[in-house]
Amino acid sequence: MTFTFDRRAILGGSLALGTASLALPRMAFAKGVGQKNLLFVLLRGAADGMAMLAPVGDPGLAELRRASLAEYDGARRADGFFAIHPALDHIGNAYGAGEALFVHATATSYRERSHFDGQNMLETGAEAPYAKSDGWLNRLVAMMAEGAGETAPKALAIAPTMPLALRGAAPASSYAPSALPQASDAFMDRVGLLYGADPELGGLWSRALETQAMAADNGLRNLRDAQAAGELAASLMRGDDGARIAMLELGGWDTHANQLGAFRRNANQLDTLLGAYRTAMGPGWADTMVVVVTEFGRTARFNGTNGTDHGTASAALLMGGAVKGGRVLADWPGLGQSDLHEGRDLRPTIALESVLAGGIAEHLALDPASALARLFPGRPGNPASGIMRG
Amino acid sequence: MSRTSVALNRFGYGISHGAHAPEDPLRYLLAQFDAYEPAPAALSGRANNTAKPGEILEMIRRFRRQRATQAGDGGQSMVDQMAEASGADPLNGLPPELRQSYMRAGQVLRQDVALRTNIAITSDTPMLERMVHFWSNHFSVSAQKPGTHYQVADHEFFAIRPHVLGRFSDMLKAAVLHPAMLLYLDQFQSIGPGSQFMQMRARRRQRNGGGSDVGGGPRGLNENLAREILELHTLGVGGGYSQNDVTEFACTLTGWTIQGIDRLERFSQPQANGAAFIDVAHEPGNRRIMGTSYSDNGAGQALAVLDDLAAHPSTARFVATKLARHFAGDVPPENLVSRLEGDFMRTRGDLASLTRTLIEAPEVWASEPVKFRQPFEWLVSVLRLTGVGNLGAARISGALNEIGQVPWRAPSPAGYDDLAGSWAGPDALFRRVELAERVARNAPADDIMARAEAAFPGALSDNTRSWLSRAESGSQALGLLLVSPEMMRR
Repeated sequence: MTFTFDRRAILGGSLALGTASLALPRMAFAKGVGQKNLLFVLLRGAADGMAMLAPVGDPGLAELRRASLAEYDGARRADGFFAIHPALDHIGNAYGAGEALFVHATATSYRERSHFDGQNMLETGAEAPYAKSDGWLNRLVAMMAEGAGETAPKALAIAPTMPLALRGAAPASSYAPSALPQASDAFMDRVGLLYGADPELGGLWSRALETQAMAADNGLRNLRDAQAAGELAASLMRGDDGARIAMLELGGWDTHANQLGAFRRNANQLDTLLGAYRTAMGPGWADTMVVVVTEFGRTARFNGTNGTDHGTASAALLMGGAVKGGRVLADWPGLGQSDLHEGRDLRPTIALESVLAGGIAEHLALDPASALARLFPGRPGNPASGIMRG
Repeated sequence: MSRTSVALNRFGYGISHGAHAPEDPLRYLLAQFDAYEPAPAALSGRANNTAKPGEILEMIRRFRRQRATQAGDGGQSMVDQMAEASGADPLNGLPPELRQSYMRAGQVLRQDVALRTNIAITSDTPMLERMVHFWSNHFSVSAQKPGTHYQVADHEFFAIRPHVLGRFSDMLKAAVLHPAMLLYLDQFQSIGPGSQFMQMRARRRQRNGGGSDVGGGPRGLNENLAREILELHTLGVGGGYSQNDVTEFACTLTGWTIQGIDRLERFSQPQANGAAFIDVAHEPGNRRIMGTSYSDNGAGQALAVLDDLAAHPSTARFVATKLARHFAGDVPPENLVSRLEGDFMRTRGDLASLTRTLIEAPEVWASEPVKFRQPFEWLVSVLRLTGVGNLGAARISGALNEIGQVPWRAPSPAGYDDLAGSWAGPDALFRRVELAERVARNAPADDIMARAEAAFPGALSDNTRSWLSRAESGSQALGLLLVSPEMMRR
């Protein structure tokens, strides 16, 4: 293969990790948190970064995912090389307004392909699955309290139970509205697969689904729920008494089969949620950072059922009035057979932990090196910089 | 299914969160005989509701009389409305005092449903909790008529639980003469046609010029309870009784009623079980039922009949069939039925012995699942497995209502059906799936694979194992486990 695309050419400014350490470190320990907000959105199930932000400028894409190309006809471009998934309408607008930053070909240091272990590492921030019992977001809350010399800022999981990322010594609470978007469609699909080998339950299940399909449009309900969840998150984070740190989870991203429709559905839900959140934050949006990540990516090539299997690198999204957006942060690894990790996955070139620690440290005026060491101990490299404005 | 999985799931209500699978399935089951608690501590804080049904019935009487005087309609329409409470807002149009009393009764019932469910969830003797629920359903009472809401749980807690390892005859007497049953099957208002009460009433009526009683009221014999005891609790339909036996039996039962009926209070002899016997309402005379004579000794006459019914071969056959169906499959193996029947006759209805016979029966240890789990047992197993505890009464009742089986709300005196066809429906399955997803979102979702293996030791299918391991989150894996074929059948 003779693909000689200069991947450095597409980097957004001087933001590749190699140059990150050149930026001036900001040592602003005691500035206090003020009204800065952080919303952490975890996409459970390994969201496909190559669907979220398709590398349409890479000629390798057509060979790997021909069936998906039409999806991006007329889609908003990002840095010329990428196309933003058309269902990410509000996010695309934010990108256009310079308030959304994508990171591509990024991954944590986890290199296996188990959702459970991958999510465990992404949430604990530990070097290995199950090595830590508290979450990095909880340690962040503790750091903020120390830095500000004050009581810990309010931290809140908008979930029925406390997600691992927020579990730990620092105080955090969880709140479960009835209108949290349900991953029901994904769950229902799985139930159908589980019952595939059971004639009695399988038969009952398909009849139940037929009835349901006639009775109601679940998709609409989920979008209404997503809108409500976005507004709710904002309402809990607005004002002096609001939570400064909040976390939301969205499931359904494990798209092994017929990915186009499933991804569209999920992306639409995520977009609706974040669009509603952005609007409802009002002036607070200027001091807000939204971080959207997933445990790992998916195979670069579509499988035999037009889906993708568990992979390695994916994309992440940083969004908010405080984010220096309108850019893609990437050190594009290419899609040629030899470029792929283990011959199948998008190769990770940016450490997700560095982006998270660096971006969050800038946003909350913490020392970036300490943030990386506390939140994601043992990670090599430096925290990324130049993520946020100012 | 492995023997361990059968012991856990077919006999019991599944493994508890954090528990280990028993090493010796047989010993695990037999040990439950000694550990069984007829009166768990959770019951001790429960209010005594003995007086409540009488209060409600008196309140209804008062309002009926008021309305009859005001509108001259006899007040019957309001009583009908209350007795057959159903529809959008059955309490609509009732006097506020009565309406509130009904709402309080509903709350008590929901709390009792939660109490029952939580006892089962936390029980170390789940096989015997299953037996409690089996017998409670055999002697089914349903919270429908005025006053029953306060008593249906009482019935299970105090008439069923103490006898689960005792004698069938004792359970029979306790169950059918409990206030809940007396209310539910109309016995409380059955009055002997030749009783002193009816004679007094006739004389009073003559004095008043032959008009009907203001406010209606009981008019005489009611056969409902007598018939259902014969058909549903003892002999079974076709068990050898005639219509005449039903009527005669109904006569022996007259006088058995509830406490707190004002106009009869001075004649009332309160019974230890919360019921009352009113001699002046009892039909005097000796009775002949299925060839046996019963001399009239008041309250004891019905007890003597019940003792004989409990010892009847038809009863042995009927009970053996139901037990075998519950543990060995919808079409109970004839060999097992015969052994249970023989055991019942030999031991004169020793329920501990019958339970042991079940445990020793190879038919009950069949390696393929033999039963589709009913909604209640599914939910109990789900909550045991997930470790979701302390659910409020409203949520437990709501969940049971959603999946279609609230304890003590069976649609008929026959209780809830024990056949897969009644429970394995598309909509029923969908509701379980929806609930499972919600429960899984609210439960710890660590270590699902290990917990699945522990819940169904040696019985987890490769298919289920594979889909659980492929789930996109721990919570999704847990949700799938809760609706897996292993969870749906036992």
